[in-house]
Amino acid sequence: MSLVDVNNLSIIYGENSVVSNVSMQLKRGEITTLIGPNGAGKTTLIKAILGLITPSSGQISRSESLQIGYMPQKLHIDPTFPLTVERFLKTAAFSSTQDRLQALESVGAEKLLKQSVHSLSGGETQRVMLARSLLRKPDLLVLDEPAQGVDVNGQIELYNLIAQIRDRYGCAVLMISHDLHLVMAATDQVVCLNHHICCSGHPAQVSNDPSYIELFGIPGAENLAFYSHHHNHQHDRRGEIINAKTDISEIPGENHSSHCGGDH
Amino acid sequence: MPDFLLFALVGGLGVAMIAGPLGAFVVWRRMAYFGDTLAHSALLGVAMGVLFDLNVNLAVVSCCLLLALILVSLQRQHLVATDTLLGIMAHSSLSLGLVAIALLDDVRVDLMDYLFGDLLAISPTDLYWIYGGGCIVLLLIWRLWNSLLAITINEELAQVEGVPVARVRLTLMLLIGVVIAIAMKVVGILLITSLLIIPAASARRLANSPEQMAIIASLLGMIAVMLGLYASYQFDTPAGPSVVVAALIQFLLLYSLPFRRTV
Repeated sequence: MSLVDVNNLSIIYGENSVVSNVSMQLKRGEITTLIGPNGAGKTTLIKAILGLITPSSGQISRSESLQIGYMPQKLHIDPTFPLTVERFLKTAAFSSTQDRLQALESVGAEKLLKQSVHSLSGGETQRVMLARSLLRKPDLLVLDEPAQGVDVNGQIELYNLIAQIRDRYGCAVLMISHDLHLVMAATDQVVCLNHHICCSGHPAQVSNDPSYIELFGIPGAENLAFYSHHHNHQHDRRGEIINAKTDISEIPGENHSSHCGGDH
Repeated sequence: MPDFLLFALVGGLGVAMIAGPLGAFVVWRRMAYFGDTLAHSALLGVAMGVLFDLNVNLAVVSCCLLLALILVSLQRQHLVATDTLLGIMAHSSLSLGLVAIALLDDVRVDLMDYLFGDLLAISPTDLYWIYGGGCIVLLLIWRLWNSLLAITINEELAQVEGVPVARVRLTLMLLIGVVIAIAMKVVGILLITSLLIIPAASARRLANSPEQMAIIASLLGMIAVMLGLYASYQFDTPAGPSVVVAALIQFLLLYSLPFRRTV
């Protein structure tokens, strides 16, 4: 049974359809990675799943008493706010000293307990935020670009850590990432979003699929930059599909309709 | 000690105590301009109080609360940037207050007392207002402390974790409105924000946790009130501004001391 069931979700701001007709499931023990270009509606989608935004249409059903651990994209704490890592962890939920140490240990940050949150590096901040969300014993972890502001080696470590946490706590993970090459190994489901779902699937199953390579580049390629985004259709500024090639079967290697959830 | 000085001291200490924790939130959440705007609108409250023959304290509290509510609803509509909106509201409510008072030709209102405070004229009734209102304010802050900290750290995170963010934020704004109405007597409309932010900013130098910062801000504010009153009595300077100058000296001293803060 899925923890969260998103059904035909659309979010419209004024005349802009930011998210349209998205359906997806989040299951316990599964890591789902949301990828897509800037402004594709990724953050909007997870905010709807978190209940921060009311959808314009469609349903989001969450399993009963679902505990969500959320890690926002950035934490802006004013430097005038005196806060140690320990005090920050205390704001998450009722926890004992041991709980807090354990949470920090599970993200490899136990040395930071007494430090000021203002003195943490990008990677340390992400680890501390992750530890904080673990204190809430989440069924679902939602991470908005967890690797932002972390160097490449740190990113690989961080994604491994997220996979370890999933194994250890058995929670579902939903994250936004730009670094598909790095998250591939530790992802069960990839959803490529550009307002609608362009394609989605299991990376291990589809990584040899020519259309997958076409979409995301060759797995393990040295190229760590953004994957190039070649679809059989293009989007205009508002995300509307233009120049859609209706007969995609004619184009070899461009057929990704088998795992396509998009509305083409 | 003459009675008026005792009342001034007791009243001033009460106001400084309440201003500490709220001042900390004003500093953390960058609400200094918001506080200023509410303070400016207090003069309109005074005018309304005199015009409709209401208790002036009550009229000022109502006016501050009303303005806080109007600000929140206008902010939500995103008509203009928040600081522009605050600037418009601050100066137009001050001007409306000045114009309204000028039109009341049969009553004499001493503007200077309201603009810069009249600490030495605090009456026992004012003390009831300060301590009665102050108890309610401190009790609410104490009850909401964790939620207030949570929305200061990150509002969306707080929302996901079940904090009623909009309600807590509105309560904080209303509390600031109440404190401004209460503090007007001590330092006056134009100087109220300084009593909120200067002790809190000084306290940052010494505090290692949000709780410490709130308490130290209260203590520093109370010391500033004592020093200011003493100076006012000794050198015959205006009481409200003397308190603010004392707070400024604390701030300068604390920030020039050569120690590193750890948190």
